[in-house]
Amino acid sequence: MSEIKDYEGIQEFRKKARRKAVMAVGGTALFFVVAFLLCMCFGNYVMSPSEVFNGIFGIGDAGIVQIARNVRLPRVLCAALVGAALSVAGLTMQSLFKNPMASPTVLGISHGASFGASMAISFGIGAGVFGTYSTSVMAFVFCFITMALVYAIARTRYGISTVTLLLSGVAVGAFFNGLVSLVQYVADDDALQEIVFWTMGSFNKCNWDSVPVALIPILLGIVMTVLINRELNMVSAGEEQAANMGVNVRNIRIIAIVATSLCVAGSVAVSGTIGFVGLIIPHVFRMLVGPNHRLLIPLCIFGGAAFLMIMDTIAKAGFEMSFPVGVLTSLLGAPFFIYILKTRKKEVWE
Amino acid sequence: MVELDIEDVCFSYPSRDILKDVEFKAEQGEILGIIGQNGCGKTTLLKCINSTLSPKKGIVTVDGKAVESMTKKEIARNMGFVMQTTSTTFPFTVYETVMMGRYSRQDALDTEKEEDTRIVYQALQDTGTLKFADRDIDELSGGERRRVMIARALVQEPDILLLDEPTLHLDINHQFDLMDLITKLSREKGMLIVIVTHDLVLAARYCDRVIAIEHGEIAAMGPTRDVLTTENMRRIFDIEAEVNEDPRVGLNVTILGKSKADSEKDRQRAAS
Repeated sequence: MSEIKDYEGIQEFRKKARRKAVMAVGGTALFFVVAFLLCMCFGNYVMSPSEVFNGIFGIGDAGIVQIARNVRLPRVLCAALVGAALSVAGLTMQSLFKNPMASPTVLGISHGASFGASMAISFGIGAGVFGTYSTSVMAFVFCFITMALVYAIARTRYGISTVTLLLSGVAVGAFFNGLVSLVQYVADDDALQEIVFWTMGSFNKCNWDSVPVALIPILLGIVMTVLINRELNMVSAGEEQAANMGVNVRNIRIIAIVATSLCVAGSVAVSGTIGFVGLIIPHVFRMLVGPNHRLLIPLCIFGGAAFLMIMDTIAKAGFEMSFPVGVLTSLLGAPFFIYILKTRKKEVWE
Repeated sequence: MVELDIEDVCFSYPSRDILKDVEFKAEQGEILGIIGQNGCGKTTLLKCINSTLSPKKGIVTVDGKAVESMTKKEIARNMGFVMQTTSTTFPFTVYETVMMGRYSRQDALDTEKEEDTRIVYQALQDTGTLKFADRDIDELSGGERRRVMIARALVQEPDILLLDEPTLHLDINHQFDLMDLITKLSREKGMLIVIVTHDLVLAARYCDRVIAIEHGEIAAMGPTRDVLTTENMRRIFDIEAEVNEDPRVGLNVTILGKSKADSEKDRQRAAS
């Protein structure tokens, strides 16, 4: 590798970086499309790609049309949306907390959202005003509360230490977990079943009604994150320095927390708590392409979507018996968490 | 012609007062040193100047405009701040790091323009960091990293540069390189440079004027040779030092050791 000596060297370096970025995003987008098609093919009934196409456009056997259009398509779409949302949320949180261990499950945010949602499910809180969106709205409200709480507890005048961050996440998460148990205890049988099913994290109940419930908050959240991508870069490199360079850190913090809450709330509302996606995906991409959000956000969207679609398909059709995808991501995610702790000691603890 | 005016600034944390009635003016093209012992309020003063902290009393103005009433971006366009530490949790490349400094000159949804690249290039060139442009910031040594941070402050195109202990943790060679760079910036670009340091030798050699702070108050202020006198050193720093004009280096401070009177006091304290 030759040293940069002049302006041409800089131009060359920029060109190379841009080429790398286009390739990374293009490659991941392509992977997403392929994963989407594969996930549409596999399930209890294996379809050929042509059957999938015909089915989506309503051509051919009525049964296949029904499966492709009304069962598989909304489910795969939801998985893609939730995968993208959780990854972007994880990314934003890691930057905001300046810590590669942060993610919605690790910091108890998902538990907070669960509590909000279970209140909506069992007591119908908010149903009068928000209708089908009451679960999302309640999830969002508690997501926001939890995240603000964890942030406030972990943040000191000297920054945020990993120990206090993880521990406050554990404490706040445990608290909301306790509240969820309480709700379960007093809920009637139907609501109980729904909550239990839902704390495991699954797309089994996704249909066309779920798609807008997930899409609206998630889209809003992702757009907000995209709009602050430069500021997130600067904040992730140090809040005080960001302020010195002209970033209004307080506003960015609020926008980031709201955006994350929207993403997690949309996810939790349709699929319950699915853990560790927000930890794994941003981490892997950051190792591959560096910490720039301009690049990481699109990669997390496509990569996270593809990852969760595939995980859901494996959980649904990969084994004798289908099980909730949340179980699978946790089984994968926990060892990954330990792997990061072990291998990236310096970044995590400093 | 930029003029920085600090009027009657007081600052305190709930538990104790940090700054008391600090008042001075500084102008374009000068290197102003702020010296004092650890915990005397030097860094707090810098942070009050760029409004990271809001003074309890008093006002800081740039060309007659109160800094507190400016937006964050406006402040960043007026003054660059190079802090003591750099976070490397997420290692951006040097180029990306320096480009961040353009933030205050860009509109909300702007992307990098040709002009931005040119300015970043120039700053990398000026600070001698061009050859690292494609490296990750965590691969650099402390001195290299400090120069990158100065480059980043430069692309803000400020009139005022605030430096917090710029030579801390640098080996002696890099200390001189860095101070030469700072001198060049003030002479060639006419920047006002405010340096917080506890290094008296470097302050003597490079600063045009010096403000000595003791317990949050200005203990002495004026041209470097009037402030850094043997007597002031003893009074403010409890240090015995010899100060002389050396034709080769200018004002030269030779530190001999702790003051006698002081060690006497220590002994008495120990005895009682």
